[in-house]
Amino acid sequence: MAELFTLQIITPDRIFYDQPVEMVELTTTEGQMGIYARHIPLTAVVSPGILTIHQEDGPREAALMSGFIQVLPEKVTILAEVAEWPEDIDENRAKEAKARAERRLKSGSPEVDMARAEMALKRAIVRLEVSK
Amino acid sequence: MASMRDIKRRRASIQSTEQITKAMKLVSTVKLQKSRERAEESAPYFDLMYDTIRSILRRSGKLDHKYLKTGASNKKAVVVITSNRGLAGGYNNNIVRLVSQSEALPAADTYVYAIGRKGKDGLVRKGYTIKADYSEVINQPMYRDASDITYELLDAFSRGKIGEIYLAYTFFKNTVVHVPKLVKLLPLDASDPENDLSHDELMMNYEPNEDEVLSAIIPKYMSSLIYGGLLQAAASENGARMTAMDSATSNAEEMIEELSLQYNQARQSSITQELTEIIAGANAIG
Repeated sequence: MAELFTLQIITPDRIFYDQPVEMVELTTTEGQMGIYARHIPLTAVVSPGILTIHQEDGPREAALMSGFIQVLPEKVTILAEVAEWPEDIDENRAKEAKARAERRLKSGSPEVDMARAEMALKRAIVRLEVSK
Repeated sequence: MASMRDIKRRRASIQSTEQITKAMKLVSTVKLQKSRERAEESAPYFDLMYDTIRSILRRSGKLDHKYLKTGASNKKAVVVITSNRGLAGGYNNNIVRLVSQSEALPAADTYVYAIGRKGKDGLVRKGYTIKADYSEVINQPMYRDASDITYELLDAFSRGKIGEIYLAYTFFKNTVVHVPKLVKLLPLDASDPENDLSHDELMMNYEPNEDEVLSAIIPKYMSSLIYGGLLQAAASENGARMTAMDSATSNAEEMIEELSLQYNQARQSSITQELTEIIAGANAIG
């Protein structure tokens, strides 16, 4: 059995998660990342993706949108601007958001902030993926 | 001496005012509890954010980052958080005074990003330019609002329209003590008074590098400061209103008591006078 460490996920409104876990997987700007206990100290920027928490009794998924992660040997803290459990996600809304973002990206008009639209699309895709 | 009828009317009017202030006090007490809870719940996020930024700055010494330098423009932006409604004692006035009296923010060179109608109106009277108005936000502060405002501000900062960004809000110390505060958001002050590396020996790694992480974190840091400011201000507003309404209610009670006394005196003297007149009349006939 893997060694446990404390995972804290904090959003502006509440403490989203605070429990000992075996491993956590998430997406950063540098790519996918899996963290076990006694990782080297690290700070990285989170990009939208699926967060998988491996608890002792099995994995649990959530959508993690943006924020950053601070890894210390015995403790991992994720400061998330937005984090959602699958049951919090409104699937229809995410579908709509996806369609809207795709339309905006396709239109290619100069008023559209491409970077923003792309982020919106990514978020919608992650939401849909997690809520499945 | 005022006539009985006048006193009675005055007392009735104060009584109805008292009813209003009493009701408002109760409402703001309930709202205060809610907003205080929210303000407290947001604290861990903010504290950790602050620690992380500080430790990056401490470790990386002289970073040449755009958010650490004053922008080229001598214009300044200030986010002013007040309330949309009055009857909160000196709450709104304190913020307006704080901004208009601060040397860093002269009226001619300052753009105001107003959150809250009262502060906006107050600053307009003092000759400030209102750049944007987000007054609806204070009724129901959401993190999303704070990040939208941050996006606007950083956009203006990067395009060289503004050189410095400030935030004026009321810090909620406890139910009766609220401190108006003015903090500088950008450029970030890299010189830390407790600038010693001794107490954290861990060597932190940054991915991809300090500069990139800082670019990503500073906007989030600003959003969290503004969001924290919003929640603090909402709690302070309700606290201030509760205190103001409490003293208004007790003032009204005092006045009612005094007027009741006056009324009774007037009533007694009018009875005495009537009696005297009747007796005098009876004597004259008899």
